[in-house]
Amino acid sequence: MSFDAKIPDGPLDEKWNHHKFNIKLVNPANKRKYDVIVVGTGLAGASAAASLAELGYNVKSFCFQDSPRRAHSIAAQGGINAAKNYQNDGDSVYRLFYDTIKGGDYRSREANVYRLAEVSANIIDQCVAQGVPFAREYGGLLANRSFGGAQVSRTFYARGQTGQQLLLGAYSALSRQIAAGKVQMFTRTEMLDLVTVDGQARGIITRNLITGEVESHSGHAVILASGGYGNVFFLSTNAMGSNVTAAWRAHRKGAFFANPCFTQIHPTCIPVSGDHQSKLTLMSESLRNDGRVWVPKKANKGLTASEAINVSEEDRDYYLERRYPAFGNLVPRDVASRNAKYVCDEGRGVGPSGLAVFLDFADAIKRDGKETISSKYGNLFDMYKQITGDNPYEVPMMIYPAVHYTMGGLWVDYNLMTNVPGLYALGECNFSDHGANRLGASALMQGLADGYFVIPYTIGDYLAKIPYDKVSTDHEEFKKAEAQIRSNIDKLLHSKGSRTVDDFHRALGKIMWDKCGMSRTAEGLKEAKKEIQVLRKEYWDDVNVVGVNEELNMTLEKALRVGDFFELAELMVDDALNRNESCGGHFREEYQTEEGEAKRDDKNFTYGACWEYSGPDTDEKLHKEDLIFENVKLTQRSYK
Amino acid sequence: MDLTLKIWRQKDSQDRGGFQTHKVSDITPDTSFLEMLDILNDQLEKKNEDPVHFDHDCREGICGACSMYINGRPHGPQQGITTCQLHMRSFKDGDTITIEPWRAQPFPVIKDLIVDRTSFDRIIQAGGYISVGTGGVPDANEIPIPARVSNEAMDAAACIGCGACVAACKNASAMLFVAAKVSHLALLPQGNVEAQERAEKMVEQMDEEGFGSCTNTGACSAECPKGISLEHIARLNREYYFAKQSSDNIPAEDEVHGAG
Ligand SMILES: Cc1cc2nc3c(=O)[nH]c(=O)nc-3n(C[C@H](O)[C@H](O)[C@H](O)COP(=O)(O)OP(=O)(O)OC[C@H]3O[C@@H](n4cnc5c(N)ncnc54)[C@H](O)[C@@H]3O)c2cc1C
Ligand code: SF4
Ligand code: FES
Repeated sequence: MSFDAKIPDGPLDEKWNHHKFNIKLVNPANKRKYDVIVVGTGLAGASAAASLAELGYNVKSFCFQDSPRRAHSIAAQGGINAAKNYQNDGDSVYRLFYDTIKGGDYRSREANVYRLAEVSANIIDQCVAQGVPFAREYGGLLANRSFGGAQVSRTFYARGQTGQQLLLGAYSALSRQIAAGKVQMFTRTEMLDLVTVDGQARGIITRNLITGEVESHSGHAVILASGGYGNVFFLSTNAMGSNVTAAWRAHRKGAFFANPCFTQIHPTCIPVSGDHQSKLTLMSESLRNDGRVWVPKKANKGLTASEAINVSEEDRDYYLERRYPAFGNLVPRDVASRNAKYVCDEGRGVGPSGLAVFLDFADAIKRDGKETISSKYGNLFDMYKQITGDNPYEVPMMIYPAVHYTMGGLWVDYNLMTNVPGLYALGECNFSDHGANRLGASALMQGLADGYFVIPYTIGDYLAKIPYDKVSTDHEEFKKAEAQIRSNIDKLLHSKGSRTVDDFHRALGKIMWDKCGMSRTAEGLKEAKKEIQVLRKEYWDDVNVVGVNEELNMTLEKALRVGDFFELAELMVDDALNRNESCGGHFREEYQTEEGEAKRDDKNFTYGACWEYSGPDTDEKLHKEDLIFENVKLTQRSYK
Repeated sequence: MDLTLKIWRQKDSQDRGGFQTHKVSDITPDTSFLEMLDILNDQLEKKNEDPVHFDHDCREGICGACSMYINGRPHGPQQGITTCQLHMRSFKDGDTITIEPWRAQPFPVIKDLIVDRTSFDRIIQAGGYISVGTGGVPDANEIPIPARVSNEAMDAAACIGCGACVAACKNASAMLFVAAKVSHLALLPQGNVEAQERAEKMVEQMDEEGFGSCTNTGACSAECPKGISLEHIARLNREYYFAKQSSDNIPAEDEVHGAG
């Protein structure tokens, strides 16, 4: 298996330009001879499909929703970063690069991150040209805010609906290409396998979610932009349908899966309210700019928000302000989340479950007035009230961390190609830019950078070197893969067991949350591995999938996804167990400083852990991509 | 609380379909409406019965997937929210709740509460975009846009494409959906260049899909979870009117689209 990150030579700030000049181009007249498959219509997939079609390639685009416009990216709220330095406050490409590398706790690749920062400015230009109504100042120029504790204001936003507006922009570009006949769109269609021929990615197997038909699609290259795998935890802020199947199936066909244990747990989500809970709702991080986080000094389980207002100042513990005087409530996500867990573990959590902390706006309202607070957070306060029934203008909010984003994903080189030739991964489904921890407002940036400004160049370099000949979908590799999928479906439909798919998924999620979540130990991870194996076996013997294949069958859809989550979960645990250090979102209790902060081990773990699938029930093989830092000095993050 | 649910069940687009009654019990007020349906589905699956199919994904009011009438109203009894944002505290113990899919000819039922809304995608494909390709665009701050204008464009752009406007309209008109997009883009200098042509093409596609005519009753806006205002329809009519005056490629159907 070849394994080369293909980082171009030369100084950091010249790599991308040189590379663009050095890579091969496909002659404009020949582009129409190539078919490119794009799985996913989120920011990464929609922008890639539209841009490639504009260049002249024939694109086939896939999503499981009824419309490309409904991809999970639609839900992003807070904003998108770009090194425009419109505010003249000292931002630059280098600073965005540096912040991203440092925020990722030095577990990402310098060259990729630099390029991301470099093209970030073009994204904003592109989106404005498409009609994205970003927030503006009274003078008519674009507004910015500082986000997630950044020292500069580089975040562009469209109210609390930035993801929606960016996605609608990309969707409009995609729609234009569909109308032009350059993109063939397949909605309610799920990719269930990757097909490789002579080691190269040459197509995919899909299931039509309305008719159940299993079909083959052939192409010269396959791009996965299928999003993150946070739903392995059952409860997360991801959309209900988000899943790992596309990436996992590619992994089983040889693509390395890198850093699977790097998951981001977002500190400000609405707490779980009961067993019926199906997903968790994120409350924007911006709330921490004005809200103060606290719990009672002494355990007081069951304390409600309306009782909280009577707790006196001296009985409150503003634990983030106390422990991190410099950053206070604005410490990075992983630090804020872990500290919420600690105070709840100590029994000082609030609300009926004891798994919640207060986020209090009383002081901010006293200081700035209700009107100012409402102008900043009005829609978030309304949303909170809608869900919980509590009014945050009068009582504190209750929040708790929830799984939000996955930094791990398919390994890709500088060209965003996986180690399987012709297979690319963009957006959240790759592992590339965020290291062990992603900064707020950087996922949208990465998705659009990958789709609009990287893949249109890098894919040409590959296609220019391969012949035009198409592989027929009658090829035995397609037939074999189709047969395998049909037999999986049959197996699920015929097991007629006693437990529902959700029941298993919930149980898997609980193992992952308890033992491979915010804080991990070797012992817990070893237990988790055994428990997952047992549960997985039970799953295939005892799951009950009602209905038939030849109809719209949402239980079957879920069952196929959960089957892949089981395998992924085990790999996440292996990866967490292998990484004997704490970094970013990965916190191993054995590796902490005396003050209880994450302790990296740069000597032994400055690498991307790239896992190679080795067959069912076999431990995967680890390959290491050593991360070489030529431009930044590794330092310990400190927010004291 | 204990509830009786009268739910539209339909196997596929060919099936005639009909109401079935299901019961759920011990539902807590903080359960969301869709979680209540999850609980029902769990019960059904345990009895080896087909669960109730409905579209959903984000469950936070932004993807536009969820779509059903609840007691005759698109997205249920509360204004300004989608079905997935509705919580059971809006109901009381012993209630009977009737749940149906969108009823409109251009939204054929696929199964149970799921309808086919690809007609909306085709309307966007007809012209709901600004014709720019990737790259080669001016700096984002080159064209200042007054915050007031940009805010109004954002109001229109907030449409989630759910189809409640069509479901609420006795004529199954898609005017509010089309107007939201036409207005969003026409308000901005970047989009204004193609505004008339866009209006013309999108309206033509809307007619082709079989959506009804707009008679200005305003039910669409009243039921729209994003509060898209009727003023956008006025703006669409204006663009359309001017388009008709300056082009002869599409026959005028002014009477179909209400007051100019
Ligand atoms: C609540 C929330 C708020 C967020 N806010 C922000 C923010 O403010 N700023 C920020 O930068 N980031 C934010 N993020 C993160 C960001 O939204 C995501 O990381 C990003 O949108 C992912 O985009 P994507 O294009 O990679 O994938 P997605 O948008 O997840 O799209 C995946 C696509 O793949 C398709 N797909 C998946 N599997 C298959 C399959 N097997 N077959 C066919 N199609 C498939 C889906 O249909 C979909 O079209 C937020 C995330 C959440 C959950
Ligand atoms: S206008 Fe309103 S009701 Fe109609 S599709 Fe858009 S959001 Fe839904
Ligand atoms: S499920 Fe997304 S809007 Fe309701």
